[in-house]
Amino acid sequence: MTAFLSRNKLLAFAAAFVALQVLLAVFAPIVGLQDPYAQVMVQRMKGPNLVNLLGTDQLGRDVLARILYGYRTSLTTCVIAVALALAAGGTLGMLAAYYRGWFDRVTMRIMDVLFAFPILLLAIGVIAVLGPSIWSAAIAIAIVYTPIFARLLRGPALVICESEYVNGARAIGASDARIIFLHLLPNLASVVLVQTSLLLSAAILVEASLSFLGLGAQPPIPSLGLMLSEGRNFLLLSPWPAMFAGFAILFLSFGFNLLGDALRDTLDPRLRTQE
Amino acid sequence: MPLRFLASRIVDLLIVLFGVSIIVFLMIRLIPGDAVAIMLGANTEITPERIAELEARVGLDKPVLVQYGHWIWGVLQGNLGTSIWTGRPVAAEIGAQIWPTIELTLLSILFGAGLAIPLGAFMAEARGKGAEVAVRIGAIAGLTIPSFWLGIVTIFLVSKLMPGVQALGYVPFTQDPLGNLSRMILPVIALSLPMLANLSRLVRSAMLDALSQDYIRTARAKGAGRRRIIYKHALRNALIPFITSVGVSAGYLLGGAIVIEQVFAIPGLGRLVLGAIAERNYPLVQATILVMTFAFVVVNFLVDLLYAVIDPRVSR
Repeated sequence: MTAFLSRNKLLAFAAAFVALQVLLAVFAPIVGLQDPYAQVMVQRMKGPNLVNLLGTDQLGRDVLARILYGYRTSLTTCVIAVALALAAGGTLGMLAAYYRGWFDRVTMRIMDVLFAFPILLLAIGVIAVLGPSIWSAAIAIAIVYTPIFARLLRGPALVICESEYVNGARAIGASDARIIFLHLLPNLASVVLVQTSLLLSAAILVEASLSFLGLGAQPPIPSLGLMLSEGRNFLLLSPWPAMFAGFAILFLSFGFNLLGDALRDTLDPRLRTQE
Repeated sequence: MPLRFLASRIVDLLIVLFGVSIIVFLMIRLIPGDAVAIMLGANTEITPERIAELEARVGLDKPVLVQYGHWIWGVLQGNLGTSIWTGRPVAAEIGAQIWPTIELTLLSILFGAGLAIPLGAFMAEARGKGAEVAVRIGAIAGLTIPSFWLGIVTIFLVSKLMPGVQALGYVPFTQDPLGNLSRMILPVIALSLPMLANLSRLVRSAMLDALSQDYIRTARAKGAGRRRIIYKHALRNALIPFITSVGVSAGYLLGGAIVIEQVFAIPGLGRLVLGAIAERNYPLVQATILVMTFAFVVVNFLVDLLYAVIDPRVSR
């Protein structure tokens, strides 16, 4: 394990960077932070100081606490959304590759149509129907990413379905379920891992955008996108909340993207671009 | 370009446009609560007779298929519906706000794609372990910097360092060309950065790929200069994947423009659709999404054709 990590320094760095942020989010309630909802009116819009390490916002709430709780909001929303999209899109893509024929054609046509919408626009359309809330944002992201997962997994699944060992399994009379769960799924694991990490990175930006536009998390929920849009109104008085919230979104999204990129190199050297 | 290829692409295009129109049509029908009551407007007393009268007028009392047929027939003739609050045709409201979005998107494509080529070519010459890591980290950072945050930071910096400069808002190009372009600089930078990061990394790897080919060695052997080899021989072949990516990026830019318009107070389609969602002006939401998606689909169709012209192997 140590040897593996020292050979893959970038992967080790990316994994540690992501783990640190996830742990901070998970343990936010017990690391001795201030209450992210508590408003201290006399302490409004303070810069970083000893009491509030990252300063306070326009309502006198602790920015550090709101950012770590914002990580929780962001990660929960995006992990649920991407997991739903992976379950729906991955299943559709795999079944389309396995059964081919009309099922493949109809499914992928529907995915093509969903894919034709610009990502943020489709998400906004879904939220227009459901009404703005953090759950609507999660569902919107799940719907937007379903066709992406379907397309991403169908290609590699097709290759595996044509392989010798799947033909062999068919020849000895293995059931469809056995082939899908025992042969197809394990061999797709590395693609799934890489793409999930990359799409999580993108989903974090989409969720932040939606919350920034007022279509995702609603006040007073601690949310990074919301902090940016609120902080923007007080930018000249106190740029701190907006600045720190922006860095938080960047670090979170950057971490998952770097992790996906490094995983791709490590898990599948064939995919490595010539760089 | 073979006719068969063109025909099959047009069939694909029509199927996707048809599917998009169905989804956008159904969107409005899925809205919980009584959309009709909302459509009556805020200032009208809601009575069953009024609802029935409106339903008959809009066609909501007919089967869904008939409603779709009626709606799409209108759309094909340029009738996108009527705005609930102003009573004006939706097409007119979109027409009045479409230009800032088109300008912002086109300038961003020009800036992002235009800068990606020399930047990618420059990065292709940087080899070695350190350069590899720097390029990778830089590209990922460019992709993951939230564009709206970058916009806010640049607004903040400009207002601190150059207090007299007007960074927000929009003036039409025909009215004040210089004022128009100067207000576009910051939004274009913020919007095109992820695209620039993505495309320059792509140009770099395509270029490295091309540079290792035999014809480059031949060009070197016959004594062609470094500049000529990079821009004349390598770049041409590196451009093929580049063009597809530009088409895909157009969709990202249309989505990103919605956010950037909000940051820089640009009165474009993004502000139109967000305002329409806030005041539950569903015909306007529906029409804006339809128009923007159709534009994106058609752009990608054209990119596909362009791709086939540049690389004849594609259309075989």
